[in-house]
Amino acid sequence: MHNLGVASDRRVDSGDLGNPAPSDRAAPARRQNDALWQIDDLSIRYGRKVALAGVSIEIERGDITAIIGPSGCGKSSFLYCLNRLSSDVQGCCVSGKVLLNSHDIFSPDTDQIALRKRIGFIFQKPNPFPLSIRRNLELPLREHGERDRTRIEGMIEATLRAVGLWREVKDRLNAPALQLSGGQQQRLCIARALVLEPEALIMDEPCSALDPMATSVIEELIRSFKDTLSVVVVTHNLRQAKRIGDRVAFFWCEGNQGKLLEVGACDQIFNAPKHELTRLYVMGGIA
Amino acid sequence: MISGLRPGRLPHPGTVLVWSVPLAICAVFAWMLGDILLHGLDHLSFSFLIEEPRKSGRAGGIGPILVATCLIVTICLTVSLPISLGAAVLLSEFLRHADRSGRAIRISLDMLAGIPSIVFGIVGNAVFCRFFGFGYSIMAGGLTLACMVLPVLIRTTEQAIGDVPEAYRLGAVALGFSKLRTIRRILIPIAAPSILVGALLAVGRSFAETAALLFTSGYVDRMPSSLGDPGRALSIHILDLAMNIPGGDAAAYGSALVLIGLLFFINGAIQCITLVWRRTAGLTAAI
Repeated sequence: MHNLGVASDRRVDSGDLGNPAPSDRAAPARRQNDALWQIDDLSIRYGRKVALAGVSIEIERGDITAIIGPSGCGKSSFLYCLNRLSSDVQGCCVSGKVLLNSHDIFSPDTDQIALRKRIGFIFQKPNPFPLSIRRNLELPLREHGERDRTRIEGMIEATLRAVGLWREVKDRLNAPALQLSGGQQQRLCIARALVLEPEALIMDEPCSALDPMATSVIEELIRSFKDTLSVVVVTHNLRQAKRIGDRVAFFWCEGNQGKLLEVGACDQIFNAPKHELTRLYVMGGIA
Repeated sequence: MISGLRPGRLPHPGTVLVWSVPLAICAVFAWMLGDILLHGLDHLSFSFLIEEPRKSGRAGGIGPILVATCLIVTICLTVSLPISLGAAVLLSEFLRHADRSGRAIRISLDMLAGIPSIVFGIVGNAVFCRFFGFGYSIMAGGLTLACMVLPVLIRTTEQAIGDVPEAYRLGAVALGFSKLRTIRRILIPIAAPSILVGALLAVGRSFAETAALLFTSGYVDRMPSSLGDPGRALSIHILDLAMNIPGGDAAAYGSALVLIGLLFFINGAIQCITLVWRRTAGLTAAI
């Protein structure tokens, strides 16, 4: 898996972002089957403002991909394109190609509902519905056609165990989800996404609203997903990216618009970055 | 209890001022209630509630008037609640952001809400009594009232749905809920308590309405046998007894007491319904 990262490094070079060389993208033969997402020349606009331009990246199946970069460089907007949540954001306009398992998710025949069932999304601020803990997990299951009560109960228990919440809440499943602590709420949100058995999780700074203890629990959880689930996680915490990331993508803001500057294996980005800006950023020299 | 009030010290003039306003409001309410209780209580009896009025209302009871009032309000709510919910969903979820038609609708609603009820009465008379041929009837009165409360009801419902935090909306969409299911399963249940408060205001307003009903539901104090019959609303009965019938004061007080009792009862009932609804929906936290 690790050699795969090297292959994509050559593609992302600040010089050719606006005009990617076709030969570069022509034959990623070595790892054709491993890319979950293949993103090609993706640009995102909000009205006239360009948030992100010319991003081409491949995201590997089973990897944890950490996205780092300063605020306002389009990291969250990028995430919103991975499960087409951008279509539900007012004024958001996307161009370019986002292939998920070789299918263009922005094509009109995409089943958005099935897509989002397969790709879970975790928000920066925990957002469990103001319902009971049980209902938070039951509602998405019912929404996607599960009617069998015993199966639902089983899946609720299994996902709560998977996020390490079962022991803490098993006696109060009918208690309000908003009574949980911030970290517990975030784990409940992860459980809510996992209960639909997705193949990937997208996480937008999942720990930024949490204390260090809760953060380490969530980090441990993310690491436990490795190989069973693909994870794309945006983080402002460089050490966190280093701890959990298999691959790291560095987004940078230039002239008020975001772009992907460099992507590679975690070690390479932190120890031998190709780009000077990356080196400065991971050293903490610029922000 | 009252901050700023400590034993042995004079309260700060600001504290006195701040507390005198709510006290004055409560005092006015208590005075009105006390006055009505004092004069109306001995007039109140079971027979007063069920008997037909005699001697133009000086004697007898208010049976037919209560029936007519309840029928008018029921028609009003049956028509206005579904329409207002639909219109509010349209405004808050589909015409949300500075949409031109949405703005035109909102401005029209705000202006309609400010139109004096007597104008609604005249229009109701022209439209329902004459054009649709309902004549002076409970039906025409109920429909006119529905038109009158709709603007306020739509705006409060829209506000209630719009106030549901965006995080819940996006959270549901990210779990693969369709837009309509998000509205039905998440937004409306969360907004339900606020929607019911709006409905309560509408009920209060329609129970107390006089002017709009003078021209539509009529003045007849016989027991109505169908919705096509005219019927006298409680507030019109009170107006008539107090202003036009010499010696009708006691009955007017009795009727006013019944009206206030009804409003209290409906208020309490709606609070109970909200509580039960929230519990069955698993809703637990106040928004």
